[in-house]
Amino acid sequence: MLDGFEERPLIERLKWLLAILLVIFLAAPSFIVIPMSFSSSDFLAFPPPSLSLRWYQYFLDSITWTQAARASLTAGTLTTLVSVPIGIFAAYGAMQLSQRWRLLVSGLIVLPAVIPSILIAIGLFFVLARIGMVGTMTGLVLGHVALAIPVVFVVMSAAFSQFDFSQERAARSLGARWHQAWFRVVLPQVSGPILASGLLAFVTSLDEVVVAMFISGGNNATLPKVMFTALRDKIDPTIAVVSTVLLVVATVAVVVILRKGAAALKT
Amino acid sequence: MVALNPPASLSVAQADNGGRLAWDARLERLVSFAFTLPCLAVVALCVLVPCAWLFFLSAFGSDGKASLENYQRILDGASYARIFITTFQVGLATVAACVLIGVPFASFINGLPPRRSVIFLAAVLLPFWTSLLVRAYAWLVLLQRTGIVNSVLMGLGITKAPLELAFNHFATVLGMTHIMLPIFILPVLGAMRNIDSALIRAAASMGASRSYTYRRIFLPLAAPGIAAGAILVFVMSLGFYVTPAILGGGNVNVISMRIARSLSNYSNWGAASALGVLLLVFTALLFALSYGVQRVLLSRQRS
Repeated sequence: MLDGFEERPLIERLKWLLAILLVIFLAAPSFIVIPMSFSSSDFLAFPPPSLSLRWYQYFLDSITWTQAARASLTAGTLTTLVSVPIGIFAAYGAMQLSQRWRLLVSGLIVLPAVIPSILIAIGLFFVLARIGMVGTMTGLVLGHVALAIPVVFVVMSAAFSQFDFSQERAARSLGARWHQAWFRVVLPQVSGPILASGLLAFVTSLDEVVVAMFISGGNNATLPKVMFTALRDKIDPTIAVVSTVLLVVATVAVVVILRKGAAALKT
Repeated sequence: MVALNPPASLSVAQADNGGRLAWDARLERLVSFAFTLPCLAVVALCVLVPCAWLFFLSAFGSDGKASLENYQRILDGASYARIFITTFQVGLATVAACVLIGVPFASFINGLPPRRSVIFLAAVLLPFWTSLLVRAYAWLVLLQRTGIVNSVLMGLGITKAPLELAFNHFATVLGMTHIMLPIFILPVLGAMRNIDSALIRAAASMGASRSYTYRRIFLPLAAPGIAAGAILVFVMSLGFYVTPAILGGGNVNVISMRIARSLSNYSNWGAASALGVLLLVFTALLFALSYGVQRVLLSRQRS
C-alpha cells in the first residue's frame, strides 16, 4: 500500500487473509438463501434436513405470490421503459448546459437517491391519495421511475462525458436528420451503458420495498412488499425461494454489466 | 451602391451574424434544458411536491386548524426522544463499524496492482445490487437461535446455550454495516487513489517509519474522502427502514419505522409529516455539513 517501504511477508499475508474474510462477509451472506430455498423443512433449518422443490411448487401454486411476481415484473419493465429514455435525454441535455446550470440540474435529478426513501414513500402517498391513485400501477411506477432516474442519469452522464459529440455534428453536417444521427451514430456507440442503466433501473424497481409498501396494494402488491409482510408474520422457506429469484436476477444483471464493461475496456 | 461602401455593409452583416449566433447559442441552451425537463418533472412530482406537502400537512393539528401541535408533541414526548436517540445510536455505530473496517480495507485495495484491485472492487460492489430485503432475511437465517453462527459457536464450545443474536441493536448494526460498507469504501478509495505517491516515497526516503507515514501522511491526505464517506453513511443510516424493521424485530425503533406506524396504524398524517420534516431537515443539514467539512479539509491540504 505504501510505495517505497520494504515488504513484510508475514503482515502482508495477514492482510490478505483479513481482506478475503471481509469479502466473504460482504458477498457470502446473501447466497445462504439458495440452499434454504431447496429445504424440505417447514422452518428455517440450516443445513436443510433434505432437499426438495416443495417450496418452489408452493410459490408457483400460490395466487398471492404469482400475482406479486407479475406485479413486480410489470412495474420493473414499465420503470425501465420510462426511466431509460428520459434519463438519457436528461444526461444529454445536462451536458450541454453551462457549469452552474448543469450542477443545479444534476443536483435535482439525483435528489431521489439521497432523500430517505420513506419520505418519498409517504410524500408520494399523500399526493396520490389526493388524486385517488394509491394502489394503482401508475402511481407505483411513478415512484420507481423517480428512484431509477438517478441511476440512469449517473451511468449515462459518465458514458456521454467520454463520447465525442463532434461525431453527431459531423453526421448532421453530412445531411443526416437528427433522428438518423441519434439512432445510427450516437446510440449504437453507447449501447453498453444503455443496457447497464436499463438493467440497473429494472433491479432498482424489482428490489424496492418502502415505496411499494405504501403505494402498491391489492393486485399490484409487489414481491418485496408481500415478502416484507411475510417476514413479519410467518417466516417459511417460500421467502427463501423469492429471495433466490431476486438474487439470481440481480446477479445476472451485474454479471452482464461487468462482462460488457470488460469487453468495452478491451476494445 | 453596395460596391461603393463595402466596409459599412460588411460590418452590418457581421453584426447581424453575431446577433444570430448569440441567439442560436441561447436557443441551443434552451433546447438542452428542455431535454432535462421530463426528468425534472418526475423529480418535482415525486420529491419536491411531496416534500412541500409534508411541510404543509405537518402544520395542521388533529382538529384541522393550523398549529404546531405535531412538533410540540415530538418535543414533549419521551417516546419520541427515545426514537431519535435510538436512530442516532444505530447510525453512529454503523459509521464507526464502517470506518474501522472500511479504511484499512480501502488502504489494502488501494495498494494492490490494478488487475487485483478490480477483483476486490467487484466483490465489494456485487452485494451492492442485491436486495436489502434478501440481505436482511439472510442475516436472519444466519443469526437466529438455531442459525449457523450459533451452531458454530456451540460446536466450538464457545457458548453453551444459543446466543440471542437476532432482533436487537447488534443485528441491526451488523445488517446496516453490511449494506453501507460498499457505499463507504467507494469515496474513501477515490480519495486514496488521488494521493500523490511521490509524497509517500518522499516520507520513506527521509527515514519515516511505515506506520508513521501511514498515520501522518497517508491518512490525513485521505481524510476528506473518509469524512465524506462517514457523513454519507450516517445520513443514509438515519433513513433506514427495512433493516431495523426486520433485524431489530420490534426492539429497535427508528424514526422511519415510527413514521410508517403513525401512517398505517393511526392514520395520523400530521404526526407522520412532522417526523418526516424533521428527518428531511436532519438530512439536509448533514449534507450541508459534509460540504463544509470537505471545503475546510481540502483548503487546509492546499495551504
